[in-house]
Amino acid sequence: MKYVLLFVATEEFERDLEAMDPPDRERAYQRVGEWMATHTGKIRGGNKLQPPETATTVRLDRGEPVITDGPFVEGKEVVSGYLEVEVADLDEALAMVKTWPGCPIVEIRPPESQ
Amino acid sequence: MTEASHGQLAGVVREHAGQLAAALMRVTGDFDTAEDLVQDAVLAALQHWPVDGIPDRPDAWLFTVARRRALDGFRRAGNYRAKLAQLQWPVQPAEDERLRLIFTCCHPALSRPAQVALTLRVVCGLTTGQIARAFVVREATIAQRITRAKRKITDARIPYRVPDDDELAPRLTEVLTVIYLLFNEGYLTTTGPPPTMDKAMDKAMDRAMDRDLAEDAEWLAGLLDTLMPAEPEVAGLLALIRLHRARAAARFGADGSLVLLEDQDRSLWDREAITDAIRLLSRAARRQRPGPYQLQAAIVACHAEAASFVETDWEQIVLLYDMLLHLAPSPVTRLHRAIAVRYATGARAAMAELDDLADALDDYYLYHASRAELLRALGHPDLARAADRRALELTANPAEQALLRQRLAYS
Repeated sequence: MKYVLLFVATEEFERDLEAMDPPDRERAYQRVGEWMATHTGKIRGGNKLQPPETATTVRLDRGEPVITDGPFVEGKEVVSGYLEVEVADLDEALAMVKTWPGCPIVEIRPPESQ
Repeated sequence: MTEASHGQLAGVVREHAGQLAAALMRVTGDFDTAEDLVQDAVLAALQHWPVDGIPDRPDAWLFTVARRRALDGFRRAGNYRAKLAQLQWPVQPAEDERLRLIFTCCHPALSRPAQVALTLRVVCGLTTGQIARAFVVREATIAQRITRAKRKITDARIPYRVPDDDELAPRLTEVLTVIYLLFNEGYLTTTGPPPTMDKAMDKAMDRAMDRDLAEDAEWLAGLLDTLMPAEPEVAGLLALIRLHRARAAARFGADGSLVLLEDQDRSLWDREAITDAIRLLSRAARRQRPGPYQLQAAIVACHAEAASFVETDWEQIVLLYDMLLHLAPSPVTRLHRAIAVRYATGARAAMAELDDLADALDDYYLYHASRAELLRALGHPDLARAADRRALELTANPAEQALLRQRLAYS
């Protein structure tokens, strides 16, 4: 069963990461790297996204396409990356996500075509 | 139909619905289909059994109906058809598979209301209508809740199994929360005031089929205790529910009004049930793994064992609340501890504890009602009345409202 993990960062998380000493930040990235290595057999694809400042949103429900700067929801929580994983069931995906050492929120959603 | 046979009917359905769901689940491997078939069979039983009587083998009867429905009207692939056509009664499960059913219904990926509705329908065999009436919500709301939950189980592949050991503790807590919530819902409403106009206008037949959620909760806790005999918190919850139910007859006066513990006629308490529940609790305690349900049950046991209100072992109760607060800190538990402190130490000490809770519990009626009692004991009748009025504003429960009004009128 395939699931997409949507990683969500908060303003607070980004601030804390920025405020870290370089060695601490290095260790934080290292933990994420280790998590990826542990689960590499289940990961089918994905990427980290560049910061929300780089986002451009197009709205097509207002007659002419409206192009705006920034992510589609203005908020304190932004999608910061995604992974597609292949596991047996939701419990296995949950077990995997519970040990995620990065951003504070992860949404698990099955893609429509398996 | 007589009351006795109504109770019997509910009991028989409850005993077999979950078993049938587990059996069908094994054949179809599809939660949604299995669940639908059980509901069909239960509805047929509720239609036929009051007229024809309960069959000798209700499990075989339910199975036959479910199987026939399945073969008749399958909309989906012939795959199930083939499997079901081969399926013969009796189905012999290697073990009681209802535990898997319970854990799936109470999976944390489902919302609390969905967990509650699914557990009632799948494990206890309630109809959607019975659930809707028990929670006083529209039947369509419950139906939609169940449809969505089942769709999520299928689409997000929520597994049908008992969680592994490393996951079991939090998952069991989830199940116990659902059962305790059911119990509270039933305990607070069913033996309470007479039904509202809406309910009274329901068809008489429908009401005769109403289920007592407190009874369903006790049954579920009992089933879980049978299936997981080594889990002391399961036994703790079962003891807690039984200790409450053993004293239910004294909770309401002849006119349906709430009777406070202090004023209850203790001769109405079921001594035998209390003794049994305490024995169950002691057995759980020997496992040396205390938890919130065992401690709450121990507190209720202190009340249940006391010959009178004044003879209650309040020091022991305060001690148990301290342990409970250590495991599960909560302002509401601190409030209950403060009430025990009043009788163990005195009203002034209790008031000091309550003052610390003012911010956390300002919206909670019991905080203000308790404060009113303390203010009265300390000789401040005007402040007490103001606190009672605030409590009255905050509760929607008619029995509690009546009690507060009475107090305001006579003090």
